[in-house]
Amino acid sequence: MTIPPSHASAIEFDHASFRLNGRALLHDLVLSVKQGETVVLLGRSGSGKTTTLKLINRLLLPTAGQVRVNGRRTADWDPIRLRRSIGYVIQDGGLFPHFTVERNIALVPRIENWPQARVEARVRELLATVGLDQELASRYPRQLSGGQRQRVGVARALAADPPILILDEPFGALDPITRSEMQKEFRALQQRMRKAVIFVTHDLREALLLADRIALMEEGRLIVDLPVAEFSRSEDPLVRAYLEAFSGLPDSTAIMRGSA
Amino acid sequence: MNFLQFMIANRQQVLDLTLEHITLAGVATLLAALVGIPLGILITRVPQLSKPVLGGANIIQTIPSLALFGFLLPAPWIGDRGSRLAILALALYALLPLIRNTYAGIRSVDPAVVEAGRAMGLTDLQLLFQVELPLASGVIVAGVRIATVLSIGVATIAAAIGAGGLGEFIFRGLAMVNNQVILAGAIPAALLALSADFILGMLERRLGSLHRKS
Ligand SMILES: Nc1ncnc2c1ncn2[C@@H]1O[C@H](COP(=O)(O)OP(=O)(O)OP(=O)(O)O)[C@@H](O)[C@H]1O
Ligand SMILES: [Mg+2]
Repeated sequence: MTIPPSHASAIEFDHASFRLNGRALLHDLVLSVKQGETVVLLGRSGSGKTTTLKLINRLLLPTAGQVRVNGRRTADWDPIRLRRSIGYVIQDGGLFPHFTVERNIALVPRIENWPQARVEARVRELLATVGLDQELASRYPRQLSGGQRQRVGVARALAADPPILILDEPFGALDPITRSEMQKEFRALQQRMRKAVIFVTHDLREALLLADRIALMEEGRLIVDLPVAEFSRSEDPLVRAYLEAFSGLPDSTAIMRGSA
Repeated sequence: MNFLQFMIANRQQVLDLTLEHITLAGVATLLAALVGIPLGILITRVPQLSKPVLGGANIIQTIPSLALFGFLLPAPWIGDRGSRLAILALALYALLPLIRNTYAGIRSVDPAVVEAGRAMGLTDLQLLFQVELPLASGVIVAGVRIATVLSIGVATIAAAIGAGGLGEFIFRGLAMVNNQVILAGAIPAALLALSADFILGMLERRLGSLHRKS
């Protein structure tokens, strides 16, 4: 056995790899997230971001190396306890189609046996947090717009106030105005709550706004892992490619300024 | 005497045999559901069992019903155990649609939804009762519907081993070469099957629309 590492990191990838049918989906990942820290994961489609998140809540186990949560290997966790302590916003929602919005949001508090009054109060509070009308509570997911569904997914992840949050493109389906509101809301929330957060996005501006650090993935490897202030100064070609892709936008100066 | 007059003249017996028929088919379907649905769930959990279990139920189903009851017919020890044996045979027949639909229903649940449930920290049992069974309920009720209609039909042959039911009229009518007597059994049996099909079909559609994925 190796010497147990310091427990300062809430999430820690220690040379973790994940292979499936002989193909390496993730290769030798080293990444750690401290309590109170927000790491944004950037990377092209298929680069392994979702797979990385699934290693954290043990939907997948690393085939080599280790993934530790609060200092304990995910393989040694009771998976049920582990998952209930991690709020997960699933890419494309993953809501229960046969549950109302209220029941979807209250899922974890209910299975954790919160008293009914507390569950109801929590659902009301969360609907307000994600900017959804209270009257949506009794609807089914199919009766919502894509952006509304996505916000229900965010509310569900926050419901039991987990110390760790993993969010897979949580605002991807939102219009720019709602998106900007949600980003501000999230920033304020994170400043209050100091959770350990991994946030996947394709939006560089969102990354620069929310991240303490930005990690960039390519073909299952972590290419750079930089404090947000250093990211836009990086000489890494992939980082440059990202910055250039976004600098095509009219307000690219804002990106550059915001990151300086 | 026309058919209607025959029915009216014998209404008490028609009613008794109809009730007997409902009991036979109902108890058999219930029994089959109590075995078939858990078996269907089991083979989604232990995939190695799915082939032998589905295969076995399939083989039972291919035995012609007349032959199955025919096997039971000459047994002198049947006596008043006839109806119990008939229920057992009927239940065996009804097993296949129940196992198959439970299995197919659970397997057809969107894997992304199941994974979402697992990711939220649901236990296996919570996943089964809160996600998989509710989402499979439309398909499972379709299995119950098929099993019920099947049992009502096959139960007419149960009279061959003295189990009663509307088959008594049919066999008696055949022996007497009397179409009215045959119809006195066949028509109520057909009506029973149709109404069971209709009622369970409504339930199935309700569950289906309630739980259709988004
Ligand atoms: N169940 C699976 N079976 C086989 N290959 C898979 C599976 N899940 C993911 N992959 C592959 O693993 C790679 C990484 O997938 P992943 O979902 O982690 O990408 P991603 O970075 O989240 O992409 P996106 O931005 O499009 O969501 C992809 O090449 C994908 O095809
Ligand atoms: Mg993804």
